[in-house]
Amino acid sequence: MLRIKNLVVDHGAIRALHGVSISIEKGQLAAVIGANGAGKTTLLRTLSGLNKATDGSAAWGEINILHSKPESLVRYGISHVSEGKSVIPELTVSENLELGALWRRNRKESEKSKKDVVDLFPRLGERLSQRADSLSGGERQMLAIGRSMMAKPQLLLLDEPSLGLAPLVVEQIFQSIRDLTTALGLTVVLVEQNAMGALKIADIGIVLNLGSIAATGSAAALRDDPAVRAAYLGF
Amino acid sequence: MFEFINTLLIGITSGSIYSLMAIAIVLVWRSTRVVNFAAGGVALASTFVGATILESTGSFWIALPIGMLAGAALSSFIEYFFLRPLLKRSGEKTQEIFLPIIATLGILGVIKAVLHFIYGDKIGVISPPLSDKGFIVSGESIALSPLRLMILGVVLALMITLTLIFQRTNLGLSLRAASFAPEISRLSGIRVDAIRTLGWAISGAAGATAGILQTTNGAGSVTPEAFEFSLLLVFGFVAAVIGGIESLVGAVIGGVTLGIILAIILMYVGGSLVFFAAFIILILVLLLRPNGIIGVKGGRRA
Repeated sequence: MLRIKNLVVDHGAIRALHGVSISIEKGQLAAVIGANGAGKTTLLRTLSGLNKATDGSAAWGEINILHSKPESLVRYGISHVSEGKSVIPELTVSENLELGALWRRNRKESEKSKKDVVDLFPRLGERLSQRADSLSGGERQMLAIGRSMMAKPQLLLLDEPSLGLAPLVVEQIFQSIRDLTTALGLTVVLVEQNAMGALKIADIGIVLNLGSIAATGSAAALRDDPAVRAAYLGF
Repeated sequence: MFEFINTLLIGITSGSIYSLMAIAIVLVWRSTRVVNFAAGGVALASTFVGATILESTGSFWIALPIGMLAGAALSSFIEYFFLRPLLKRSGEKTQEIFLPIIATLGILGVIKAVLHFIYGDKIGVISPPLSDKGFIVSGESIALSPLRLMILGVVLALMITLTLIFQRTNLGLSLRAASFAPEISRLSGIRVDAIRTLGWAISGAAGATAGILQTTNGAGSVTPEAFEFSLLLVFGFVAAVIGGIESLVGAVIGGVTLGIILAIILMYVGGSLVFFAAFIILILVLLLRPNGIIGVKGGRRA
């Protein structure tokens, strides 16, 4: 399970997170919602080792994940899909996928994982030899998630997978995330602007506001909370 | 016509050496976004190492690979101990962008000074391993000699090896990914810092080859102050920029193009204009095709 205690993160002189504490059980899908600048992306980037924490602690099972490099955390089963369709446009679809499993140094396992990803997202299978910049937005997001699945993660950190996608595609991506979580027993932290969509598939929800936790609870309860509805769901 | 074909052959040979220097510059630029003037110093030092080995073993084919290893070692040493700590501290401010450039210029000076200290006024000799007398075609000697053929062969073999490494191996995939998107690569588990050092090492080996081939193709010897190496560095840069600075294929096209044009100018206009002409070509390319002759706007190529 993921235990975050009093996490404080600064961007230069600006404090982005003011002592955030979150617990997510193994196998849970947690949606982190909130307005722009609430600190959602900072939270994920700190968990994956891209940003430095000023204070506090974060542990994934037995592993202390603060003060580690992202390339090391991948080896502990933590995989972060960064914001904005994080694929490498100059590489082919196939190369993007292989990249995610290179550190495992096992070509056979890598091929097997690639097959699993293609089973999950058949559209990627038809485009394996194309450059990633020829893909549509939805396909790129599938590729980004697919690449992180190549590392066989246990903790998946997803930053705004719905960004810039058509509503129908968003629904499809969200459904895939839910299916993956359940099928593989993953623990997922899903950061989203699309609060309604995220809370629909999540087990628990965390509302961030200006770097602090404004509300937390089961996703269903948050969906029905009048204050959350008014502030983040827009009705 | 005969004279023109000879000029082409001379241009292609020297151009292929410029290509290697351009590759040395492109590899470092792609992996760390550093304009690497130290590449000229690495080439010079490795040529001296090659000359020393050649003196004691008498074999060019032992001297060349050891010179390449020396270039790789020196280049990765520079990255690890100077550029890496420097880049960790630098940012986006104007003076900070100039920092690594000035640093590589400084390292170039230091390498030359150290070579001067070690070798003094001694020269490093890389005598041609093969005859530089042209083949005879229908009674006339052409500009293609066994030596030139060997130089072209070495450059071609290196390029094929590099292409295979970059396109066909996991290492190549890591190298390309780390240069295109360091953050995504790190999140995918690639140890980007180590991969960058490796990029510098390959660059050093390419530069060393350029230096040794340039010496054996030219005067046959080198001094710590060799003007030939300043030219090699400048022509390597021009070739890299003509080729779009991001692309290994571009570096080769840029190098050979530059070699041919300069050989034509040398033959038909005059030797004093060659250095000047390289800059005219650079300026023309930057005016007409700012992204290089094979550069694509907004896109990068392997």
